[in-house]
Amino acid sequence: MTSVETPSFTELEAIAKRVRRDIIEMITAAKSGHPGGSLSAVELLVGLYFDQMKHDPKNPKWTDRDRFILGKGHAAPVLYSVMAEAGYVPKDQLNTLRRMGSIYQGHPDVRFIPALEASTGSLGEGLSVGLGMALAAKMNGSPSRTFVMLGDGEIQEGQIWESAMFGSFHKVDNIVAIVDYNKIQLDGWVKDIMDLEPLGDKWRAFGWHTITIDGHNLSEVRNAYVEAAATKGKPSVIIAHTIKGKGVSFMENNPKFHGSAPSADEFTKAMAELA
Amino acid sequence: MATNTKYELKIGPATREGFGRALVALGRENDQVVVCDADLSKSTFTHLFAKEFPERFISCGIAEANMVAIGSGLAASGKIAFVASFSAFVLNKGFEQLRVTAAYPNVPLKVVGTHSGISIGEDGPSQMSIEDLALATSLPGFVVVSPADDVAIFELVKTLAYHPAPCFIRAGRSKAAIIYTEGEKFPIGGSKTLLDGNDLTIIAHGLMVAESIRAAEALEAEGISARVIDMYSIKPHDVEAVHKAVSETGAIVVAEEHLVDGGLGVKIAQTVASATPCVMEFVGVQDRYAESGTPESILDKYGLLARDVISASKKVLARKK
Repeated sequence: MTSVETPSFTELEAIAKRVRRDIIEMITAAKSGHPGGSLSAVELLVGLYFDQMKHDPKNPKWTDRDRFILGKGHAAPVLYSVMAEAGYVPKDQLNTLRRMGSIYQGHPDVRFIPALEASTGSLGEGLSVGLGMALAAKMNGSPSRTFVMLGDGEIQEGQIWESAMFGSFHKVDNIVAIVDYNKIQLDGWVKDIMDLEPLGDKWRAFGWHTITIDGHNLSEVRNAYVEAAATKGKPSVIIAHTIKGKGVSFMENNPKFHGSAPSADEFTKAMAELA
Repeated sequence: MATNTKYELKIGPATREGFGRALVALGRENDQVVVCDADLSKSTFTHLFAKEFPERFISCGIAEANMVAIGSGLAASGKIAFVASFSAFVLNKGFEQLRVTAAYPNVPLKVVGTHSGISIGEDGPSQMSIEDLALATSLPGFVVVSPADDVAIFELVKTLAYHPAPCFIRAGRSKAAIIYTEGEKFPIGGSKTLLDGNDLTIIAHGLMVAESIRAAEALEAEGISARVIDMYSIKPHDVEAVHKAVSETGAIVVAEEHLVDGGLGVKIAQTVASATPCVMEFVGVQDRYAESGTPESILDKYGLLARDVISASKKVLARKK
C-alpha cells in the first residue's frame, strides 16, 4: 500500500458499505458497543486507510508509515473493520468483538493488536500522543504524518486544548486532527451538554489551519486531507460535519445509539437498509 | 559496603542536580534522548540539557497532562523520552495519562519528579509530594526508584534510560548527604546494605537513608546493632534482602519521606507478612499535610529525623520477642 493508484469513489463507497455492515454485525454479536459514533466516522476512516495514508499492512512497524490514532476509542468497531479490510487483522473474527480473548477489545488495545498506534478509551489523550509521534517524526526527518480522530464530546476535555496550544506553538505541521462532529454525545445533544461553538473559531484561535467539510462526502474528505498535507508551518484540523448513526435510518441522530446494541429486529432492519 | 564502613555524610548536591547532569551525559552518548519540561526547567535541572541540546528539549508550558502524553508519543516512536516536573504535579496532574498512555500499553516513558517529600521547605504542601510513590507504584509495570544521593541518581537515570518499561525516578530539592562513591552500580530490584547489624534492620530510601545511618550510629553507642538498607528500588523491591532482614534481625523499621500510607513500608510489610512475619515500625509522614518552614524545621515537626528513627527502633525492639 506504499504506492497505490488513487481508488475511485465507487470503490471507496463499496468499502464504506461493507464497513457499515461489519459495524452492525459486530455490535449485534457483542450485544454492546457504540454504533452511532462508529457509523459517523466511516467515510473519514475509509478515506484515510484506502486513499490518503501511506502505510503497509504487511509491515505495520515501517518507520516512515503514516500513523492513525482513534482518540474516540469507543468507536473501535469502525477502526477494526477498516483495519480488517486493509489486511491488518482477520475479518472472520470481527464478530468476537468484546469477548474475552478476542483481539477486538472493547476499546483499541495495542497489547492485542500491535499494529495499533495507541491504546485509547480515556478521552482527550490521543491528540497529545499523536503530537508526540509527529514531533518524533519531524526530529527524525521522516515524512511520516499522524492523524488523530477526535469525538466532538471528547474535545470538551481540557487536555485537548493543552495539546492544541502545543501543536501550533511547536509548528507540528505533520499532524491532522479530525473532529467527527456528529453533534451527539452519551447524554444527548452536544449543544445541550457543553456546546462547542464557535468551534472553527476556537481552533483558528489556537493557531490551527481549520478545514470544514461534510464528513460523509468522499470527495470533500479527500480534498481536506490533501489540503492539510499542503499546509506547512502549522497543524491542521478537519471539522467534519457528520450524522451520528449515518446509514441506518432509525439510528441517525438518535442519542440512544451512542452506546447501545441493536435488537434482533433492529439488526434485520439495519442490514436490509445496508444491503 | 560492610560492617565497619564509616560514613562522613558530607553534604552533597541535591538529587535533582544529579538528574540534570545525567541527562546531559545521556544526551551526549545518545542522540535519541529527548526531554520535556513544564516551565520548571531551572528547578528540575533539565535546563542543563536544554542549554546543550535545545533541539531535543521540548517546552510543554504549564500543562503536565499534555506533557506526559506527548512524552508517551515520543517514547512510542522510539525516542528515549524523559518528562520532568515537580513530583506533585507530574504524578497528580499527569496520573491518568501515565496510566493510559504509558503503563497500560507499556510505553517506556521516563518520568522524573523533583521536589519530592516535605523537605522542599517554604513553598508548602501544594508543592510537596507525599503521595507520589503510592501513585507511581500502583501503576502495573512501572519501575519506581528513590535514589539517596548524587551518585545513586546519576547511575539510576543512566540505567533506567535504556530500560524497556515505564519508569518513575524520585528526586529531591534539598542538598543530600553523600553516601556512595563514583562507580557504584544500582541494578533495578537491588538494595544496598550500608551497615550490617543483627538486632534490627532499618530500611530507608531517599533522604531518610542518611538519617537512618545517623540513627544506627547512635544506637551502636547504646549497644544496639542496627542493619541499614538503602532500598532505592521501590518497585520492584529487593525481596531477598527483606527476608534476610527478617531471619537475621527479626525486627524492621521502615523510614521514608512519604506518607506512611501507600509508601515503601506498606510494600515491605506485605513481603514480610507473606513469609515469616516479624515486628515492624514505620517512620514517615502520618495522615496529614505539612506546612511552610525551613526544611529542617519541617522534618523536625513532622518526625523525619534520626531521632525519630531511633525511637521507632527502640519501640520495635521492645516488641521483639
